[in-house]
Amino acid sequence: MTLTEALARLLPAISEGTVCVHANGYIGRAGCAARDRDECFYMIGSMGLGSSIGLGIALAQPERRVVVLDGDGNILMNLGALATIAAARPSNLLHVCFDNRAHASTGGQPTVSDRVHLDDVARAAGYRAVARVDAPAALAAEASGLLAGEGPAFLLVRIELGPPGPPGPRIPHVPEAMAARLRRALGGPG
Amino acid sequence: MRAGYPAEGFVDRLLAAGFDFFVGVPCSLVRALLAELERRHLYLGETREDAALGVAAGAWLAGRTPVVIMQNSGLGVSLNALASLHLLYRIPCLLLVTWRGYEGTDAPEHLVMGEVLPRLLELFGVPFRAPDAEAMEAAVEWAAACIGATRRPVALLVRPGLFE
Repeated sequence: MTLTEALARLLPAISEGTVCVHANGYIGRAGCAARDRDECFYMIGSMGLGSSIGLGIALAQPERRVVVLDGDGNILMNLGALATIAAARPSNLLHVCFDNRAHASTGGQPTVSDRVHLDDVARAAGYRAVARVDAPAALAAEASGLLAGEGPAFLLVRIELGPPGPPGPRIPHVPEAMAARLRRALGGPG
Repeated sequence: MRAGYPAEGFVDRLLAAGFDFFVGVPCSLVRALLAELERRHLYLGETREDAALGVAAGAWLAGRTPVVIMQNSGLGVSLNALASLHLLYRIPCLLLVTWRGYEGTDAPEHLVMGEVLPRLLELFGVPFRAPDAEAMEAAVEWAAACIGATRRPVALLVRPGLFE
């Protein structure tokens, strides 16, 4: 399963109103091309911080579902966030890791997630629920189950590197406008 | 030595100015402040300063007005978050940064950052003040007004002895 195929299975399982924080690189590009909503935030820099941004939203609005669409390279860059999330225990947070064991957008250089299994790391840190999906057919049901349960939850989606080149265009939104639209969607003044 | 500003009163001032989310990494210069925030169950301790900035950005997007507390050593860790998240997306916060290495008198690991701290903030376009106890209340008001007007991070520098 490629990133694009995984997103095509996962995103329809996420209900309207759910915040989606996309990691930088190909995850945001493919996610924006697949299903863009006001509740979507696309990180274009600040690699590693998607999980921390998602935690901040989840803690500030505990009644709202928050999904972080992360990658193995991003998670490895901010591994401490797994500990902070597990300790803070936001019940409304689902942390998805698309694990291709590589930095796809910089040329496919390998990460260490082939040997250091990030679902095991999340489980050891203390996420309330942890699951792993290899087969496309199981992805939507697994995600729905985790979204219906108590978080923090971690879903590792094992994917393969896609064809060379980006899976979608660059994020079309101006960063400032992206922040303002999410603030408005979350009840703020923009 | 001049008396410091009471941590309890400072937290009251921050709350009154609209700051309502507190995250950071500790420094001994804000020990009393962190203890007061913990006592009120207002504080989230982070593992790294850039992660604290990420959490603060999320809190702002969800309607809060965050304060990020850190030692100036952590400002070095934070530069990419400031450049490619806060400044890029116009996401503000109050950076409460302790000034280790102030006037060149501190442990050696603090001297380089202590010397360049004001220039580093200027370089990144982060307005700052380094108030003494008498100027604290005005500084908090200034920071809140700055955030409202510019939607950019603003910093208050905590010199040794500022808090009781």
